[in-house]
This record gives sequence, structure tokens and C-alpha cells, in this order.
Amino acid sequence: MSLIEFANPSRFVALASRVLPWLSAVTVLAFAVGISQVYLAPDDYQQGATVKIMFIHVPAAWLGIFGWVLMSAAALGTLVWRHPLADVAAKAAAPIGAAFTLMCLVTGSLWGRPMWGTYWVWDARLTSVLVLFLMYLGVIALWRTIDDPTQAARAAAVLTLVGAINIPIIKFSVDWWNTLHQPASVFRLGGPTIHPAILVPLILMAVAFTLLFVTLHLAAMRNEIMRRRVRTLMMLQAGVHAGPS
Amino acid sequence: MMHLGPHAAFIVTAYAAAIAIVAGLVAWILLDRRHLTRMLDDFEAQGITRRSQRGDGEKW
Repeated sequence: MSLIEFANPSRFVALASRVLPWLSAVTVLAFAVGISQVYLAPDDYQQGATVKIMFIHVPAAWLGIFGWVLMSAAALGTLVWRHPLADVAAKAAAPIGAAFTLMCLVTGSLWGRPMWGTYWVWDARLTSVLVLFLMYLGVIALWRTIDDPTQAARAAAVLTLVGAINIPIIKFSVDWWNTLHQPASVFRLGGPTIHPAILVPLILMAVAFTLLFVTLHLAAMRNEIMRRRVRTLMMLQAGVHAGPS
Repeated sequence: MMHLGPHAAFIVTAYAAAIAIVAGLVAWILLDRRHLTRMLDDFEAQGITRRSQRGDGEKW
């Protein structure tokens, strides 16, 4: 069976149903390993134990951005190839990406108060991530506003691709402007600036959160395919009850 | 017992918020699936099926 055949919704549901139990188990295992390493990680020499917030804040930030990149790739699938599974992937990713972006904002704020002396500043990094969260809400609202899923998918795809301009702004905001937020310390030229004792638990937590994202996304995609089947059956039922005109 | 220092409340609140957000997402997906499964079962009980289930191929 070729890879493209999995793009058939029925085959996708069958595959997702087989994969999800295993993926869920691997995700739980990854979190068990990650959290045990967080527990054992030393305090930072400047921040003390508050560095432990980084182990959830940074993966949440990465996945908030990853969610939009995934939606942008799916938007191309919608607009260029008009594939219905691309619509499903984009719609299912939006609430998950929004949740991880919210997690990033909340944990960042709680990290900022003891370290910076404030929960919030309107600097470029924080503001651009808040804009990302608001864009997620906008896309979710757009999906809910238009009844026809195909029309909704095209409108959401255009909005997603326009919003993708915010992704490099988030990434490079700490380089382009003076921000209270620190510059990149993991993905940077010259390698990470974080000590391995803290970097290793961070990477393990990032792997666990990424597995969680993939698991939730597959489950949400399966739900969305079921929702479209329900919609088809409701229209069929309405047609049966209306009878021939 | 882990010593979280003078800012323990911020650390605990951050982890609690993360757990609440993940739990909310998982609950939403599971409840949504249960609701949709019931609706599909109801349609099947009424004898309303998709064309693909009747063998003449439909997208969903």
C-alpha cells in the first residue's frame, strides 16, 4: 500500500485507531522519563528552582509554533491539492496549538514574575506570542462561522498562510528588538548555551510534549472525520424526511 | 521532598496550569469522540448509512 492511500479518510481512521493506543502508551512513558529527569535536574545558579518552569514553558512555546507550521503545511494541501484530509488536519490542529500557546503564555508569565519582577511586558517576543494565540482563536472562530467545511477550509487556509508571517517574527523578535525576554539558548548558531544537566531534561520533556501533540492531533483528526460523517448522515436524513419535491 | 525555594508557589502554579490545560484537551477529545460515536450509532440504528457503507463509494 502506498503512502498516498493512507490519505483516504476511512483508511486514515483505521490506521489512527491502530496506532493511538501504542502512541498514548509511548507518550506516558516519555513523560515518566522526562519528569523523573526534571525532578533530578539541578537548580540554576542564578534562577534557583524556578528554572523548572522552563521544562514546560519552552516545549509549550515550540509546540505552539509547530502547530501553526503544521496548519500552514495543511493549508497548502487545502489550497493547492484540495485534499479533504488536509482540511481535517488543519482544523484538528488549531485548538491543540492554541492550548499549547496558552500554556506557554501562562507558564511564561508565572516564570516572569519572580525573575523579571512582572507578569507581563509588551515586548516583541511576548506580544508576538500573544498575537499567535489570538490568531489561533481567530481561525477556530472562522471554522465555526462557516457551515460548509470545504468553504471554511479555504477561508481558514488563507488566514493561516497570512498568519504564518508571525512565525519568523516570534523566532527572531529577540534578535530584531530589545526585549526583556532572553535570546535563543537552544536553537542557535554555536550550539546551546544551557548546561547538559538542564538541557537533557529539557530535550526529554520536549520529546514527551511532541508525542502528546501528535497523539492528540491524530485523535482530534479521527473525531473530525467522524463529525463530517455525522454531517453527511444528517443531510441524508433531512433529504429522506423532506421527500422528493 | 523537593525543595523549590522562595518561589515555590509560582513553580507549583505553572505545573498545575500545564496539567489543567492538558487534562482539558484530553477530556474535550474523549467527550467529543463519545458524543460523535453515539450519533453515528443512532444513525446506524435508524438504517441511515453513507453511500460508502452501501458500497458505491463516498468521500466521508
